[in-house]
Amino acid sequence: MAILLMTLPFITDELLGRGWVRILDFALLFIMLALGLNIVVGYAGLLDLGYVAFFAVGAYTYALLASPQLGLHLPFWIILPIGALIAGIFGALLGTPTLKLRGDYLAIVTLGFGEIIRIFLNNLNAPINITNGAQGISQIDPIRIADFSLGRVHEIFGLSFPAVHLHYYLFLALTLLVIFVSSRLQYSRIGRAWMAIREDEVAAEAMGINTRNIKLLAFVMGASFGGVAGGLFAGFQGFVSPESFSLMESVMILCMVVLGGMGNIGGVILGGVLLVVLPEALRNGAGPAQQWLLGRTVIDPESLRMLLFGVALIVVMLWRPAGLWPSSVRRRELEAEDSIAHQEQETVYDARH
Amino acid sequence: MTQDTSPPLLQLSGIGKHFGGLAALTDVSLHIKQGEIYGLIGPNGAGKTTLFNILTGLYQLDSGSFTFAGSAYTCCKPHLLAQAGIARTFQNIRLFANMTALENIMVGRHLRTHTGLWGALTRNAAARAEERAVTDRAHELLRYVGINRPSNTLAKNLSYGEQRRLEIARALATDPKLLALDEPAAGMNATETASLKTLLQTIRASGITILLIEHDVKLIMNLCDRIAVLNYGEKIAEGQPEEIRSNPAVITAYLGTAA
Repeated sequence: MAILLMTLPFITDELLGRGWVRILDFALLFIMLALGLNIVVGYAGLLDLGYVAFFAVGAYTYALLASPQLGLHLPFWIILPIGALIAGIFGALLGTPTLKLRGDYLAIVTLGFGEIIRIFLNNLNAPINITNGAQGISQIDPIRIADFSLGRVHEIFGLSFPAVHLHYYLFLALTLLVIFVSSRLQYSRIGRAWMAIREDEVAAEAMGINTRNIKLLAFVMGASFGGVAGGLFAGFQGFVSPESFSLMESVMILCMVVLGGMGNIGGVILGGVLLVVLPEALRNGAGPAQQWLLGRTVIDPESLRMLLFGVALIVVMLWRPAGLWPSSVRRRELEAEDSIAHQEQETVYDARH
Repeated sequence: MTQDTSPPLLQLSGIGKHFGGLAALTDVSLHIKQGEIYGLIGPNGAGKTTLFNILTGLYQLDSGSFTFAGSAYTCCKPHLLAQAGIARTFQNIRLFANMTALENIMVGRHLRTHTGLWGALTRNAAARAEERAVTDRAHELLRYVGINRPSNTLAKNLSYGEQRRLEIARALATDPKLLALDEPAAGMNATETASLKTLLQTIRASGITILLIEHDVKLIMNLCDRIAVLNYGEKIAEGQPEEIRSNPAVITAYLGTAA
C-alpha cells in the first residue's frame, strides 16, 4: 500500500499522462475536505451545506499572505496554520448562531453562509481592494518549504520530480495527518459525545454533555481541515477566484461523504477519490466512446458527464443507501432494519393465514 | 430512619410552570430525603413529567425555586444539573440508538472525565488510563443492570426491557446523587417489573436517592418510602404508601366522586 502510494504519481504519469497526476492532487485535496465535512455531518450529525466557505477562507488566507495583492510573502509553514486557524474562527462564527438549529433549518443557514462568503469575496474589491473581486488573486507564491520550492522541477537521486509530483507528496502527507486526526477523534471521549448529539441531542444534554461547546468544536475542527485544504489549493493553483467556491462544490463534498459512507473514514476517502476521478474519466472517455459507437459526437461530453454522474449517484443511493463503504455501525443498523422488517412481514403473513 | 436530621437532598418550593394559558404546575413544594425512594404519581397530564423536565433543566421554571444538595437553582442548563448530580431516564426511551450498549454507558461517563482534544490526539498515558477506566466501568454497569448481551450490540437491537435498563445504566454512569426515573416499568411484563424492583432496591442500597414516576401502583406502593400525588399540576397529597392509599382526595382524583 505504502509503495503504491509512493509510486502512484510516476505510474499515473507513465500510463495516463501528466494531467492525471494533477487530478490525483485534486483527489487528495478533496479527500481532506470530505474528511473535514465528515466530522460535522458524519460524526456530529450537523448538516452543513456551506462547507466550501472554509475551503475559500483557507485559500484566500494563503492568497493574501503570499502574493503581490497585499505585498506580503510569508512562508508556507506559517500561512498554513494561520489559514487553519482563521477557517476555524469562521467555523465558530457559523456555529454560534446555529447552535439551536437542527436538520433542514441548519442546512438552510449553512447554505446561506457559504453564499455569503462567496459574495463577500466577489465584492471586497471596493472601497478598499482586498480580494480583487471576481478577477481573483493571481501570482500566488508557490509552496516553498525552507528553500525547497514545490513550483519547480527537482532532481533527487537521479529521478526528476515535476511540480505536480512534489505537490502530490506534500498533499499525501497532510491527508495522512488529517486521517490520523479524524480516526483519533472518532474513538475518543469527544467523538462519542459528537455521536451522542447526532443520535439524540436532548438525551446527550441530559447526560451532562455541554452540547454548545461540543457542537462548536465539531464546526471548528471541520472548518480547520477545510482551511488547510484551501491553503494548499491556493499554493498549488497559484490563482484563486470566487467562482471556485460555489454551492456546487459544497454539494460535491457532501456527496463524497454520503456516497462513500457517512461516518466511516475509509468510505469518505473512497467517495472523494471516486467523485474526483469519475467525472474526469467521463470527460475524457465520453467523447471518444461516442465516436467509436456512433461515429460522431452526439452529446457534448461535458453535459453527458454530469448526466452520467447523476445516474451513478442515484444508482448508488438505491443499491447501497448507507454508502459504498459504510461504517460498521451503519451497516449493522441497516441490516437490523431489514431483519425487523422481515420479521414484521412474517408476523403479518402468519396473522392472515 | 436517621436522615431526618440532615437537610433534604432535594427541596422544591413553590414550583410553577405554565405553557401559554395552561398551568402545568402550580405552587408545588416537596422535599426528598437522602437515601429514600420517592414516588410521584397522578393521572395522565398531571404534570409529573413537566416537573422532571424542570428538575433536569429541559424546561425553565416560571416561579419558585429548588435546592439540590445545598445549592439553589431557579434556572439551569441540563448539563450543569447533570454535573450537580441529577440523572434521569425518559418516559419514551431516548437511547443513542445507533451506538452500542457499551458506548451508551460510556457517554454517561462524559461529564466525570476530562480527556480533551490533546488527549484524544496524542493518546497519552492519562487519556489511555481514563479510557480504560471508562470502558471497565461501562462493562461493570452493564452487568449491574443485568444486560447479558455482547457489549457491542446496538442499543436499538436490545429488547424493550433491556433498553429501559440500559437507560438506567447510562444515568448511573454519571455518578448521580439523585436518580430520576420516568415510568421505568411502562410496557414491562410482570417478570421484568419484578427484576426492575430488585434493581431499584439495589441502587438505593448503594446510597443513591431515587425519584420515581410510575403508573404501576403495585410497584409504587411496594417500593416507595413516600409518595406525592399530583393532579392538574397541584400536589394533592403526600405521605407514606398506606396514607396515600386511604387518602380521599387521591381516590377522588383517580376514580372520580360519587354523583
